[in-house]
Amino acid sequence: MKLKMILTALVVAGCGVSAVIAADDPVKVREGLMKQIGGSMGALAGIAKGEKPYDADVVKTSLTTISTNIKAFPDQFPAGSEANSEASPKIWENMDDFKAHAAKLGDAAEVALAQLPADQAGVGAALGVIGKSCGECHQAYRIKK
Amino acid sequence: MGTRVRKLVSAVVFFGLLAGGAAWFLTKPEPWPASHWNGLGEPDLANGEQMFWADGCTSCHAAPKSEGDAKLVLSGGLPLKSPFGTFHVPNISPDETAGIGSWTLAEFGDAMTRGVGAKGEHLYPSFPYGSYARMTPKDINDLWGFLKTLPKSANVAPPHDLPFPFNIRLAVGGWKLLFFTDKPRVTVDTSNLKIARGQYLVEGPGHCGECHTPRNGLGGFEAAQWLAGAPNPEGEGRIPNITPGSKSIGSWSEGDIVNYLETGFTPEFDSAGGSMVEVQKNMAKLPASDREAIAAYLKAVPAVE
Repeated sequence: MKLKMILTALVVAGCGVSAVIAADDPVKVREGLMKQIGGSMGALAGIAKGEKPYDADVVKTSLTTISTNIKAFPDQFPAGSEANSEASPKIWENMDDFKAHAAKLGDAAEVALAQLPADQAGVGAALGVIGKSCGECHQAYRIKK
Repeated sequence: MGTRVRKLVSAVVFFGLLAGGAAWFLTKPEPWPASHWNGLGEPDLANGEQMFWADGCTSCHAAPKSEGDAKLVLSGGLPLKSPFGTFHVPNISPDETAGIGSWTLAEFGDAMTRGVGAKGEHLYPSFPYGSYARMTPKDINDLWGFLKTLPKSANVAPPHDLPFPFNIRLAVGGWKLLFFTDKPRVTVDTSNLKIARGQYLVEGPGHCGECHTPRNGLGGFEAAQWLAGAPNPEGEGRIPNITPGSKSIGSWSEGDIVNYLETGFTPEFDSAGGSMVEVQKNMAKLPASDREAIAAYLKAVPAVE
């Protein structure tokens, strides 16, 4: 009986530990944040191109996701977390510049949120500003493997 | 005995000279006959500008990190790291002394399509003349006309930093003998004019294969692996496979490729990264029909897993 309890406890603890590891893996976390930003960009691009009707709620949610995620993003690069990821070692050599890139995208999203684009053309204009940040940072700091 | 030794020595010297002569003959710089560049007339500057963006000149020849109009100042200076040493990209602005302003069309054309510099010397294939070799004399003439309209720069780029034996330009002749060709890289249906245009742009001015195709130990392309992806020549990571067999983009439609070249975004709204950012910006400046032609060609090349 005792043995059973101990085993159960161990299994439960084991699950807990592995769950914590998964949630804490900075590579997974930052890739998840970027995927959500990509999804938001896609939603905005659909409206900008006229493939989807203008929807203020979608625009607001998308911009909020971009703003929230990019603020959290640079904190997901603890030392030694470049393994098995597309992160360039240059991130750790130039952390301040890397953070500045993230802040720039955050600011662009905030500006758009403060004056929510009111139609298809407005979304297109905001997307142009925001989209530029993606390439600028990926040019310097992402490596395809 | 003495006669024999003398005979042997003369034979060795004779065959040595013969082999040396043959080697020199096989590997000497080979510009086009001057007539190749005759009668092209006034350049079409609009087409020259399109060729400028298609060729991607500014990505290497502008000062590093240039933006906007500064991209039109081809002052050189970018260090290009490679397994053979570091190349320093030269000034190709129209400045008469620091740049190439004093060159003739023939000298420019031979550099672009034969890898021969104005002094008749071999140029290193880090300058992608192995691709530009496919460019028509008309496009070269138009591009030359456009380049001469750009601002002059007095910047003098440092010399290449290459270890022995790569610092010997004559060795480039051997490389050319083995690998230089202006023939098509793959067989595609060129009766389809869109695919044919795409082949011209990708294999010629666009020089996509220079990074996207793997090379052997001597720096020649692995012919059967055309556009199948390769280690990043400038450092870490890989340049992706862009054939229809690619895990990353094989599933993209022609429209997806066109959209990526125009906007820099993948169908999943990831963005271009690394050196492709500059390339994509150049591609965005081409007419839409050229991006469509590139996409049609990329869908037509042999799929490599």
